[in-house]
Amino acid sequence: MGATVKNFIKQLGLPRLIILALFIALCITAVVLKQDFGLISSDVIRRFGMFGVLALAMIPSIQCGTGPNFALPIGVICGLLGALITIEFGLTSPALGRGFISAVLIALPFAVASGLVYGMLLNRIKGSEMLVATYTGFSIVSFMQIGWVTLPFNHPEMVWPIGKGLRVTIALDSSYGGVLNNFMAFYIGGTKIPTGLLLFFFGSCFIVWLFSRSKAGIALRAAGDNPRFAAASGIDVDKNRIIGTVLSTVIGAIGIIVYSQSYGFLSLYLDPLYMAFPAVAAVLIGGASTRKARISHAIIGVFLFQGILTVALPVANQMFPEGNLSEVLRMIVQNGIILYALTKVGGEA
Amino acid sequence: MEKEYALEMKNIEKEYYGNKVLKNVSLSVKPGEIHALVGENGAGKSTLMNVLFGMPVIHATGGFSGEVYIDGEKVDIKSPYEAMKQGIGMVHQEFMLIPNFTVTENIKVNREITKANFISKLSKSKGMETLNTKAMNSDARKALDTLGIGIEEWARVAGLPVGHMQFIEIAREIDKTGIKLLVFDEPTAVLAESEADRLIAAMKQLSASGIAILFITHRLTEVLQAADTVTILRDGELVATRKAEDTSVVELAELMVGRKIEITGKTEVVEQAVSDKEIVLEIKDLKVQMPGEEVKGIDLKVFKGEILGIGGLAGQGKVGIANGIMGLYPGSGEVYLAGERLELNNTKQALKKGLAFVSEDRRGVGLLLDSSIEHNIAVTTMQVKGKFLKRFGFFDQIDVKATREHANKIIKDLDIRCRGPQQLTRQLSGGNQQKVCVARALTLDPEVLFVSEPTRGIDIGAKKLVLDLLVKLNKELGMTIVMTSSELVELRSICDRIAIISDGKVEGILAPGASDREFGLMMAGEYRKLQSKEAV
Repeated sequence: MGATVKNFIKQLGLPRLIILALFIALCITAVVLKQDFGLISSDVIRRFGMFGVLALAMIPSIQCGTGPNFALPIGVICGLLGALITIEFGLTSPALGRGFISAVLIALPFAVASGLVYGMLLNRIKGSEMLVATYTGFSIVSFMQIGWVTLPFNHPEMVWPIGKGLRVTIALDSSYGGVLNNFMAFYIGGTKIPTGLLLFFFGSCFIVWLFSRSKAGIALRAAGDNPRFAAASGIDVDKNRIIGTVLSTVIGAIGIIVYSQSYGFLSLYLDPLYMAFPAVAAVLIGGASTRKARISHAIIGVFLFQGILTVALPVANQMFPEGNLSEVLRMIVQNGIILYALTKVGGEA
Repeated sequence: MEKEYALEMKNIEKEYYGNKVLKNVSLSVKPGEIHALVGENGAGKSTLMNVLFGMPVIHATGGFSGEVYIDGEKVDIKSPYEAMKQGIGMVHQEFMLIPNFTVTENIKVNREITKANFISKLSKSKGMETLNTKAMNSDARKALDTLGIGIEEWARVAGLPVGHMQFIEIAREIDKTGIKLLVFDEPTAVLAESEADRLIAAMKQLSASGIAILFITHRLTEVLQAADTVTILRDGELVATRKAEDTSVVELAELMVGRKIEITGKTEVVEQAVSDKEIVLEIKDLKVQMPGEEVKGIDLKVFKGEILGIGGLAGQGKVGIANGIMGLYPGSGEVYLAGERLELNNTKQALKKGLAFVSEDRRGVGLLLDSSIEHNIAVTTMQVKGKFLKRFGFFDQIDVKATREHANKIIKDLDIRCRGPQQLTRQLSGGNQQKVCVARALTLDPEVLFVSEPTRGIDIGAKKLVLDLLVKLNKELGMTIVMTSSELVELRSICDRIAIISDGKVEGILAPGASDREFGLMMAGEYRKLQSKEAV
């Protein structure tokens, strides 16, 4: 009995255990403080699906050996472009998922092309992928500050009423806002189950899982796991790194579209910058390292990470009404986890 | 006895994890004597020097037994720094120089001559004193002149020819005051012949000034040129100590290799049936740029169904051959597999055409350590030949059942000791890991199997199992095997023919039953020279 418990703890890992304990403690506190539990649990599930696909984008990039994709903003911007073009041209008929499907389809070529270029860049800077990725993300976001102002979008829902350029947040009420969340949604007690959102997330996981078991996926994992082994098995390591980067960028693009439909808004300008860190933190909490990741890590990690943040927010607000402590807490957990995982780089965990 | 010897090491014994690497070795060097230390790789030369210098690796693994005397006084050297204080200097094989410093600065680094200045007087700190460049330059000049080398002392080290760097190392050592003993660790390995001659001249000059020199090398002619006394180590044992004038290259070669175990069977003469054997692999003028194991033009024929051994000392290029043919390091030349020309630098083609490779770097190249045994076994064949896959239209998936069945079968065939096909290879012992590597190669169903250093880093019992496995594959499946190994004994116990590589070229091909003398001469690269002399 003691041995099985020990084994279980060892398999789960100490960090996950701490986070899990914190999550449970927060849930209990929430109940004690008489928070609306239905509302909170709905929120946990919604945010789980909302951030899930973004976290999933980390899996191919870690598996192909380029580490967590800190340059996720590249994919995010491609997704945003897809959504903006969809609205601009009014491709929001119900047959196109009120714009969701068209946004994804339009985002794809952008994501594939930028993933290719970025993958080639990564092949030239082997060994410092994470650092370069972070700054690539910063650069592309800054570059698009100009883009959002100068690109020729004219749709009245998106541009400033006076002057030029796109707004900071663009409402999706008239297009695909909530399209997945409300698809076959139902309530258990006070808890809303966003069936479409969860189906989409698990469907994406399933597709990534299928890929990882195909010949190409196995080559990609071998290239990431041990590049020298892969080379000795006739696998083109550089090519597989590019494939992984493209996949990660594409999933990131789809991820932001899923995120925005749940959020109800597209947020431009500086916001894409902050999309990578929660996603990285989530997979790392889930048990991934910068060299190894499984799909289960993304699922568990997103649930724990978003769960904690969602529950902590009302609890912290009630306990410390002054200031935005919950935001501070979010930052501490998120960056603390990333820091913890980065110290593990190179160690045989 | 007093002061008769500059260095005396008595009955040195050293164990690494229960494995004796030095057995009762004694060594004494007189002042002004050049003493050569020769032996194969792994004979214990480096360990002996590590003991002398008090390297941390020795003390971290339980120290050593035996006594060390310097100038007749018993010393207990615990760190390289103490060794330095005792007047022992080392000239390293790989240069420890700072490229952007001048020659003088390199010679004087951390022993700078300084003079006081205003700030240093004020702060009473020696660290603030000004460098006395003039005194330093003249010291450096003196050291360089002792060696008879005309490098400018103010030149930067970066960009100097390799030979010169070696001399700067030496100059640094002799510039240290009170140096009594200098150790040269294979100093001529990187030098051209003329530079080597000059080095030997410099060594003689140094010894004439009363400094004792310990000279580690495996170039036997140089030993006879330079040394007064020669000590030969083999397998951690002192084999013999000889006066240089009483010995010959041939005798040294014989002593260095020695015969340890009886060779089983295989003693047929090589030339006998060469003409009627089918050539399966032909290598013409193969050059491979593998750092540290460069291949400089090899011609070799491999017959169908034989085990060809490739031997030679480390760094001579034997490991580069298989790596080059498999396309892991850039190579040039011609390789024909069953008469068909093989594209070099293309691993996938090489694997597809029927070559397979078990790498010398088992953990680095040979295995996916965090994957299961079955995955390791199947992955290469899957990628190269598309086996172990199920197709669904344009999509394919791994065939879990076929992979499992194959893994189970081969685990049984090769007797891989594991908990099951799903165990991670990281958790296996060295011998079983090696078997997984062999299993992966066999799954490719190769025409020719390259095996590099199959027994490196695995224990003695497992070594025999791996070798037996290779013989079994050869006999039962008729597989052609090219085995590269640093361990001559192994090669001689299972190979049909053994090619010895020296300086990136084939020095000669021997039958396993050939004499120690021939093997020794070939490994030292003296065989051809000697033969051409005899011909004259």
